[in-house]
Amino acid sequence: MAIGKEQVLTSVEQRQPLLQLDRLCKSFGAMRANEDVSISIYPGEIHAILGENGAGKSTLMKMIYGVLAPSSGRIVWQGEEVTVQSPAVARSLGIGMVFQHFSLFETLTVAENISLSVPESAAALSPRIAEFGQRFGLPVDPLALVHSLSVGQRQRVELIRCLLQKPRLIIMDEPTSVLPPSGIPPLFETLRTLADEGCAILFISHKLDEIRSLCQRATIMRAGKVVGAVDPTRETNETLARMMIGRELPHPTRVPAKPGETPAMEIRNLTSVPTDPFGVVLNDVDLTLRPGEILGVAGVSGNGQKELASILSGETTLPRAERERILIDGVACGHMNAGQRRALGLAFVPEERNGRGAIPEMNLVQNTLLTAHANGLVRRGFINRKEARTLADRCIADMDVRCQGAYAEARSLSGGNLQKFIVGREIMLKPKVLIVAQPTWGVDVGAAAAIRQELIRLRDDGVALLVVSDELEELFEVADRMQVIFRGRLSPSLTRAEASTATIGSYMTGGFLDRPADSEAEAA
Amino acid sequence: MRAPWMIEPRTSLSPFLSLVPPLAAVLTTIVGGVVLLTFLGISPGAALFQLFLAPFSSAFNIGEVLLKATPLLLIAQGLAIGFRAKVWNIGAEGQLIVGAIGGSLLPIFYNDSQNPLMIGGMMLIGMLCGMGWAAIAAALRTRFNANEILVTLMLNSLALQLLYYLVGGPLRDPHGFNFPQSALFPDVAMLSLLSSAGRVNTGLLVALAVSVAAWLFVERSLIGYKLQVGGVAPEAARYAGFKESRAIWLSLLIGGAAAGLAGVFEVAGPLGQLQRVVSPGYGFAAIIVAFLGGLNAIGILFAAFFMAVIYVGGNIAQASADVPYAVISILQGMLLIGYIVARVFVDYRVVFPWSLAKVS
Repeated sequence: MAIGKEQVLTSVEQRQPLLQLDRLCKSFGAMRANEDVSISIYPGEIHAILGENGAGKSTLMKMIYGVLAPSSGRIVWQGEEVTVQSPAVARSLGIGMVFQHFSLFETLTVAENISLSVPESAAALSPRIAEFGQRFGLPVDPLALVHSLSVGQRQRVELIRCLLQKPRLIIMDEPTSVLPPSGIPPLFETLRTLADEGCAILFISHKLDEIRSLCQRATIMRAGKVVGAVDPTRETNETLARMMIGRELPHPTRVPAKPGETPAMEIRNLTSVPTDPFGVVLNDVDLTLRPGEILGVAGVSGNGQKELASILSGETTLPRAERERILIDGVACGHMNAGQRRALGLAFVPEERNGRGAIPEMNLVQNTLLTAHANGLVRRGFINRKEARTLADRCIADMDVRCQGAYAEARSLSGGNLQKFIVGREIMLKPKVLIVAQPTWGVDVGAAAAIRQELIRLRDDGVALLVVSDELEELFEVADRMQVIFRGRLSPSLTRAEASTATIGSYMTGGFLDRPADSEAEAA
Repeated sequence: MRAPWMIEPRTSLSPFLSLVPPLAAVLTTIVGGVVLLTFLGISPGAALFQLFLAPFSSAFNIGEVLLKATPLLLIAQGLAIGFRAKVWNIGAEGQLIVGAIGGSLLPIFYNDSQNPLMIGGMMLIGMLCGMGWAAIAAALRTRFNANEILVTLMLNSLALQLLYYLVGGPLRDPHGFNFPQSALFPDVAMLSLLSSAGRVNTGLLVALAVSVAAWLFVERSLIGYKLQVGGVAPEAARYAGFKESRAIWLSLLIGGAAAGLAGVFEVAGPLGQLQRVVSPGYGFAAIIVAFLGGLNAIGILFAAFFMAVIYVGGNIAQASADVPYAVISILQGMLLIGYIVARVFVDYRVVFPWSLAKVS
């Protein structure tokens, strides 16, 4: 087997590369985001780019797709040196990209959305959309309105839009992060079909299992440089992770939870219609959170996680008459805003960091004040800047936040580092209840492990934690119990023993409902 | 279809860059003003002198500059606090007028009084009236989500009509030969002069004290911080539990109080009575001052001073060179446009695609 693979690789190497990056560099001021990156990509291969956050993957992709101009180095496309000034140029060369965050208009149909980027009418496009869907296993109704589509279906629309431009190379940025487990194999089938037809795929991910099952080659990046090129099928998760982060991957340790008796936070029979017309209606939600336990809320994104988090945090408030539906430590608080709930011992880490969990334009001292102002940082209405500075410094040191000191603006931090800062700040509030949405989105493997370990430590100290996450592996690692959210409904609670991938997977498509929503299972 | 250029946000802003827009605006205004007057037949040297140097030519003129700077400084400091919270109070002119009316009530009805507390009472009533006028916009915004820009703007016209009605009727001086103005204020209702050479009065000291207070409020107080968070990142403010309605109320009330006080200072200072014209557009000019000063308490000090120079220089040019009165408005317009244009080029940079193309 091993020899066979070797031969395949050699035969691939002998062909002309589709895309060749030659000592590409990109600096932002003094920071070198990419340094001498050289990679060759051949037609028909699925090539993984693997690296931590901040390793320079996104910068590299943006240079290939024409969003950023390289500081130095060459991009060679089919044997010719090219300058990719803009994404339009990239598309005309035959380079397509499917972004992690979709750019679709919710109120338009699939065909109308696609016609915006292709010089053809929606009516003329419809049959071709259907045909492409058929050929690559991407079934989607061209006349459906985008807001009625599941996340998986929206991704198919993005992929079809990309395919209609007949790309020779498709860049996919963490495509599986928005999919339920059942949605991943069909996507991989599609990608393999595309590769068989000669299209090259650059697959960016930090999920090692996926890379090992899908990709023939993997380029590993660390701190802006290429540190290795391997055949991922012959590596283990541990060896890949070690190359990626440069040391052993820490695993969190845990002892069984000893939850307290009195609930720290409760939701009773809550039904809530969001103000956002495309939001998810929360239906009959019941939830009990005890001190000293971590409750994980799993689910395919877009099934009500955002709405649930905002109703727990107090960013969405209930009418006064319904205040008994949410209790913190036995106190009815449904009508209280986020600040008042904080005074009851609640802390919250939201999924958006910039603009919600932190103010991008302000420095870290000012960002510490955002939620910690009540903790002795204010005297007679005036800010005690020395105390605030001390607290910010402590947070930076405790969480190992990489930044240029406490007076660095929040927007100058990478996503992962800002997340560490926000988590650290909320922990310093010494909450009784901590709600964390997507604790490790975009956080590198090493830091993610540290954050998870910190969550478990808090649990052992008697804090009640609720973790909302799209990543099942993460919930399996930290949660003591799990509930699955589907279309705004919460499943019954599953213990660690009961929560197998199969059960959770079926719950994620509505398997816990009396009348399973059969069409939805396919839709997801 | 595509424009031959693109604009993209600058990633790194050096602290020096933030000084560029106001300086560029001032320079544009000076050059533009000189060019404008040259077209009206005045030599460039004389134009430059009359508009921008004559205001410093005598103790009286310097006093005039400081006198005009007083209301601008007061109002702009109040408005800037609201603008930082992205609450757009365009109604300072109306709040000034209502403040002037309210402040005039004491000296009009107690015209023979010798009570030294009168001026303090006038300031208090004037501030409350300005706040009350602004509160209408705050209530409509928080209750019905009515846009505060439109409400405050329209309230300006209402305030002006109210003033016309009052000075022509109920508050008119009964011994004033039917002129639409109130009785002259008694001495206890007047601000004392700072120098014998000009008309500048103790109002300037109050405006300077207000500037210090505004700086402390914005930079050091928790409420100032909350207002600012609400302005730059409303989602973060909601996440932290800062109430949006409180930010709207505070912003408008502070702006209204400052403008109302400025109104009192006009009637208790240079005017000495309530008239049909209590302000040559200070409420609007202060909006320009607030932005020109970068919404920063210290920057506003300089901006108010420069705007006052335009007022005084415009008046001098009008008196000595037969230049139309509109020159002041035109210079103010240049100042604002110059600032906005410079801001665009500081915040964004223009990229021409062909400049990216490598010559191979």
